[in-house]
Amino acid sequence: MGSVRRVALVPAFNEEAIVGRVVDEIRAFDPSIDVVVVDDGSYDRTAEVAQEHGATVVRLPFNLGIGGAVQTGFRYAFEHGYDLAVRLDGDGQHDPSQLDRILAPVLAGEADIAVGSRFAEEGAGYRSSRSRRIGIRLLAWVVSRIVGRRVTDTTSGFQALNRRAIELFAHDYPHDYPEVEATIMVSRHRLRSVEVPVSMRERGGGRSSITALRSVYYMVKVLLAIFVGLFRRNVVPEEGTS
Amino acid sequence: MTPLAVSIIGTIASLALVVVVLELIRSRRLRERYALLWLLTGIVLAVLCAWRDGLNTIAGWLGIRSYPPAVLFAVGILFILAVLLHYSTVISRLSDQNTLLAQRLALLETDQRAIARTGRPST
Repeated sequence: MGSVRRVALVPAFNEEAIVGRVVDEIRAFDPSIDVVVVDDGSYDRTAEVAQEHGATVVRLPFNLGIGGAVQTGFRYAFEHGYDLAVRLDGDGQHDPSQLDRILAPVLAGEADIAVGSRFAEEGAGYRSSRSRRIGIRLLAWVVSRIVGRRVTDTTSGFQALNRRAIELFAHDYPHDYPEVEATIMVSRHRLRSVEVPVSMRERGGGRSSITALRSVYYMVKVLLAIFVGLFRRNVVPEEGTS
Repeated sequence: MTPLAVSIIGTIASLALVVVVLELIRSRRLRERYALLWLLTGIVLAVLCAWRDGLNTIAGWLGIRSYPPAVLFAVGILFILAVLLHYSTVISRLSDQNTLLAQRLALLETDQRAIARTGRPST
């Protein structure tokens, strides 16, 4: 296990209050892991704080949004030759002490990408508004139909990826609703993907990009993006090209 | 029949459009590839305005009896839609390239900082 070069990718936008703790917790979980914080054009001290806590900081010149920021991380991981990447959000909702859960299937070679799901276990205790729960169910149902296996959490950014998955995302990553579209992309490229039950915490700072009021609007846009994505040509050659 | 005033004003306006587009190309404020649709718009409209029998004939084909210049609106709107759609593709490409440039810049700066600190690339 020690020979596997691994990196933790943390996209962060204006998370100075919490990003230091996230970096510390990742390093506490695994001192051998390199922590890379992708600062998505923050105008607070996110980059400085992350650096002070020992992370490598990739600082985008302006805000690209979550998709562009995460892809920057995958590009970094790919170009620096990492075998394994985990992705956690910079707002602290992903608990680094649960990293071994999502790492296990990838390390065992059972999956190319493992996604931590809040809903894979019944009564996982994740609280959210009613409209959001309905939206999450509906999205999960649609995505499950498309990819042909049960997906319960389509918007989770708590993921572990092997080299193949890193390469795919470094070259092509959706911009608008990255997690949902990426789930479908992964299945189209025939990468093996599994869901692992995890519990997530309340957001440490900042605000969710999805407020309850906008849920319906969000749903419509995501569904549209999914269906448009189905007709979209693959940019990356199908398999095994590098 | 198309009123004479409509025909004259329409022709002048269309030709003015063509002249402005040519001037923008000449002064290098507009690239040729983006100007082609505009030039085509101006020329087609100018021809339809000036050639009154032609406009009437086309209107006849389309079953427009009462007011032939309606064909001008239809053609004009069609071209404007085409130009707008073309711009949407241009903007999409530019924003993709912009994203890529920002990512490359950020990665280069990260590597460059690592080299400045340690004297060698981080990996």
